[in-house]
Amino acid sequence: MEVEAAKLVGAGLAAIGAGMAAIGVGNVFGSFLESALRNPGAADGQQGRLFIGFAAAELLGLLAFVVAMILIFVA
Amino acid sequence: MAAAPAKVDPMYQFTIAPIGGTEGWEIAGYNIAFTNSALWMAVTTVLLTIFVAGGMRRQLVPGRWQMAVETFTGFIDDMLEANIGKEGRKYVPYVFSLFMFILFANLLGLLPLGVVGIHPFTFTSHFTVTGVLAVMSFSIVLIVGFWKHGLKFFSLFVPHGTPLPMIPIIFPIELISFAVRPFSLALRLFVAMMAGHVLLKVLSSFVIDGTNAGAGFGLLVGLPSFALMIGISALEILVAGIQAYVFALLTSLYINDAEHLH
Repeated sequence: MEVEAAKLVGAGLAAIGAGMAAIGVGNVFGSFLESALRNPGAADGQQGRLFIGFAAAELLGLLAFVVAMILIFVA
Repeated sequence: MAAAPAKVDPMYQFTIAPIGGTEGWEIAGYNIAFTNSALWMAVTTVLLTIFVAGGMRRQLVPGRWQMAVETFTGFIDDMLEANIGKEGRKYVPYVFSLFMFILFANLLGLLPLGVVGIHPFTFTSHFTVTGVLAVMSFSIVLIVGFWKHGLKFFSLFVPHGTPLPMIPIIFPIELISFAVRPFSLALRLFVAMMAGHVLLKVLSSFVIDGTNAGAGFGLLVGLPSFALMIGISALEILVAGIQAYVFALLTSLYINDAEHLH
């Protein structure tokens, strides 16, 4: 395989990481909503933790995006 | 014309261009020309100053403007109170400035001013800018940590109740996870902003190229892409707010580590 083609294939494979992060972020918000509907009184107090979990899950997806960008533009 | 390559370059929007040439802007061999990035930082600062100054009336019954500003300060105040406690009050000015600066920058970059010929530049989509912001937060953590606790600050890397044989393994892991914090903090904001703007430009290239290829393609590709662009723009406004909030939230969490160790 040519190097240029391999780079593009690799960048495309990195998009799997973005999809995985989508599952992670959906999981974070989904679990939060599920338990927030069970106990709405406690929901507001946990909003900070919700966004910490969101940020942690999202960062890994963004890393996949960075890998794709590096493969296309830098490597 | 349909065979010509796509004319919309999604990365062109991130080009840093000096305004008014680069002549005579050299200091010690480094060029410090006034760029569009610097221009939009200045615009953000001016707008933020106007926004906050307009709300500093200290009236007993606040008007709308004062109410808007006090909502933001109260929001940051509550966040620091919840995450750090009473000692968090003294970080309100820094975290408030950080949050509002990033929020204004993100939102300004999304303004559709290109319609009238002014092209907003999202400087938070550059790693240098977010990197400096993250290093500022991180140095506050380090300074406060070593100032308050001295060398006991290193006990941050050994959680309570770690068995003795585990310490040589846990310590480097905690140290690394601590040391990559400024990097991940900066990376998150920079990539989130850049990815959103690239996505919008890619969709706009679908609209432009699709419509240029003929009415059929315009209806089939252009219109759905345009509808998607509107939706993504709304999502980007949400992301602009969330990323500013996450940056401020993580900064306050890291400061909490420095204030209280574990």
